Amino acid sequence: MNTGLKPKHQRLVLVLIALVALVGAGLLAAWALRNQASYFYVPSQMAADPPQVGQPVRLGGMVETGSLATAADGITLSFIVGDGEARVPVSFSGIVPDLFVEGSGVVAEGSLGPDGTFQATDLLAKHDENYMPRELQDMSVAQARETVAETSE
Amino acid sequence: MIAEFALAALWLAAALAALQLIGGALGVRGGGGEALAALVRPAAVVQALLCALAFGALLLLFARTDLSVALVANNSHSAKPMLYKITGAWGNHEGSMLLWVTVMALSGGLIALVERRLPERTMLATLAAQAFVAIGFYAFLLLSSNPFTRLVPAPADGAGLNPSLQDIGQALHPPTLYTGYVGLSVAFSFAVGALVTRQVTPEFAKVMRPWVLGAWIFLTLGITAGSYWAYYELGWGGWWFWDPVENAALMPWLAATALLHSAGVLAARDALRAWTIMLGVVAFSMSMIGTFLVRSGILTSVHAFAVDPERGTFILALLAIYIGGALVLFAVRAGTVAEGERFSVLSREGALVVNNVALSAILGIVLLGTLYPLLTEAFGVRVSVGPPYFNPVGAIFFLPMLVVLAVGPLLRWRRDRLARVRGPMLVIAAAAVVALLVAWWTSGIGLLPLLGMMMAAAVAIGSFLPLRGRSLRRVPLPVWGMCLSHFGVAVALFGMAADSAFQTERLVAARVGETAQVGPWSITLAAVDPVAGPNWTALSARLQVRYDGGATRLLEPQARSFWAPPQQTTEAALLTRWNGQLYTVIGGEAPDDASGTSRWQLRLWWKPFVTFIWYGGVLIALGGASALVGRVVGDVRRRTARGRIEQRRVEGFREPAEALA
Repeated sequence: MNTGLKPKHQRLVLVLIALVALVGAGLLAAWALRNQASYFYVPSQMAADPPQVGQPVRLGGMVETGSLATAADGITLSFIVGDGEARVPVSFSGIVPDLFVEGSGVVAEGSLGPDGTFQATDLLAKHDENYMPRELQDMSVAQARETVAETSE
Repeated sequence: MIAEFALAALWLAAALAALQLIGGALGVRGGGGEALAALVRPAAVVQALLCALAFGALLLLFARTDLSVALVANNSHSAKPMLYKITGAWGNHEGSMLLWVTVMALSGGLIALVERRLPERTMLATLAAQAFVAIGFYAFLLLSSNPFTRLVPAPADGAGLNPSLQDIGQALHPPTLYTGYVGLSVAFSFAVGALVTRQVTPEFAKVMRPWVLGAWIFLTLGITAGSYWAYYELGWGGWWFWDPVENAALMPWLAATALLHSAGVLAARDALRAWTIMLGVVAFSMSMIGTFLVRSGILTSVHAFAVDPERGTFILALLAIYIGGALVLFAVRAGTVAEGERFSVLSREGALVVNNVALSAILGIVLLGTLYPLLTEAFGVRVSVGPPYFNPVGAIFFLPMLVVLAVGPLLRWRRDRLARVRGPMLVIAAAAVVALLVAWWTSGIGLLPLLGMMMAAAVAIGSFLPLRGRSLRRVPLPVWGMCLSHFGVAVALFGMAADSAFQTERLVAARVGETAQVGPWSITLAAVDPVAGPNWTALSARLQVRYDGGATRLLEPQARSFWAPPQQTTEAALLTRWNGQLYTVIGGEAPDDASGTSRWQLRLWWKPFVTFIWYGGVLIALGGASALVGRVVGDVRRRTARGRIEQRRVEGFREPAEALA
């Protein structure tokens, strides 16, 4: 593209190449975001309109009081996350966050298994008084109590 | 007294910035403003001193734990090690914004003090632009984030610092990162200055390049240190999470890397003029967007932003003014920037264009991925974007860029022939194929790590091929720097690929005396003891670890509980070998086993070659540093030589022979 081109044309070609690449990147990103972004579910949404098995999503709700159990291997936990309307069983292998307790909010990252159990790969709990996962921010203390009261009846 | 004094210094600095802006603007316009224009450089220097003074005062207040200052009371505690009292000064919003402004003033002061190569009018415009940006951030600091507010009455003790931040990594990583981040403001100001005075020349690129290089080195080190800090402090065993805060640092780095390369083209060949200016604007815009993301509270939630909108809206307005203003200026003036020199597709310039376009595309991908959750949340849909998006989509542009990275430095400027570089290209291709086959043969690893291994080998070989046939003693430092940085990319890439391909992880509930295997390691839980530190208590595991039947070493991971503020952290214990790291974490007590013996949760990773990621990062920065030293030394030498020749001329050619030597 060098010999026959005037500087002005070379600039035009360069701008075009850059534009094509950048627009391509943008389109690719937009397409990938639609497919790869992991959506946030509360238990009632997950019950009404479950995500595909194996698709990475996040599940947020309250850990039901009395539902937390550790398997014989000492590292696999099972518990139920509820929002007052629906309940989703969750299974998780690993070291739980320090403030993960029954009756408190949790966001589980993972995917829904074929048996309807949510297989969590990561748990995010309220970290301290100042920080909590963004999805839990909206659940006020009152809401949380109400939810726990309803689900533990 | 100290707090009031420091606050006064900040106000004075803001006033000087206003003076610097007005003086610079008058100087650029010409006609009568010369008296004020003469004050521009001194104003920038004094401003830097005042900011340094104010920041020093904040350090002093934190060192003394002066609880009558609200910021200290909210973020410090008298029972804290002295080091963390001082580093606590920037472990919070107000303190880190003061650091931001201080770095900005220092870099402005530095260019005012030493940079004399450009036409004075361009320098005035540059310093005026620097002051214009600074004024906005002074206003932000003084009006909505005053670090020196008093608290009456003073509390009995402070609220303490988040224990994750009580760490040597936290002590070093933010100042390094900020120096790079905000150092890019200089590139922004130079770009604006060159546009305003129509001086987009190779000389301008040569002047701007060392400053960008300096900021880029700090940015590289800051990201590397931050990644390592997150790796060992969080106890999650990962080194990059595509967290928005991480992306906020990565985006300016991508833009600065592109800028560095395009400035090289402009300096050497007088091409890519408008593009270089554009990148100068974009690089610092990314720093500002990063600051907005991290400092506005918008990352926690769009709603948190709406609840306390003052700070966020303030930064958003600053963003709109500076980025928007610079882009408008660019749109108006870009047409007057003449086209640069021509070059062929197969040339150094051509390769660097590919590098620039790929880096910009990756930048766009990271930016979109970072902003997407905020965008959807505004419409009531909550999503999170993680590695399944960033890794493959980024790789689509990263891998071709690596191919060009391996080959590009071999090419000549302006025009080259494929036949000339066929030999070295075949060597690179052979290295890539061999690496691909070996990696594929020895293990069934995933596609991305496989390609990563292949490209790491190609880039590693390719990075030193430009040295072939040259007398190594006479290779200039900047060329060594380029080779070193490119080799660093290969090293880091190898570390990333090896870690994601070969890491093994074990999660066990172990009784005391029980042994677990992870990779080539056997790990015995010898004991679990309670221990106490200055402001925490902890469960400490004693692990006896052996690599492949070798000598026994002791590791002591802890689960710590802090009491001010009350919080728990996991302290991972790491063992580094030349070929990787053993990473151990103790969780909590697991339920007793069937026989009623107590068990402890242990999480163990063997991460082959993971350390290469950070060695690579350090190499990249080191390459930058040697290039910077080479450029500065070369410039100083030229200047003194020119000065000496001129002096000889004045003295009447008394020693002409020596002047020539």
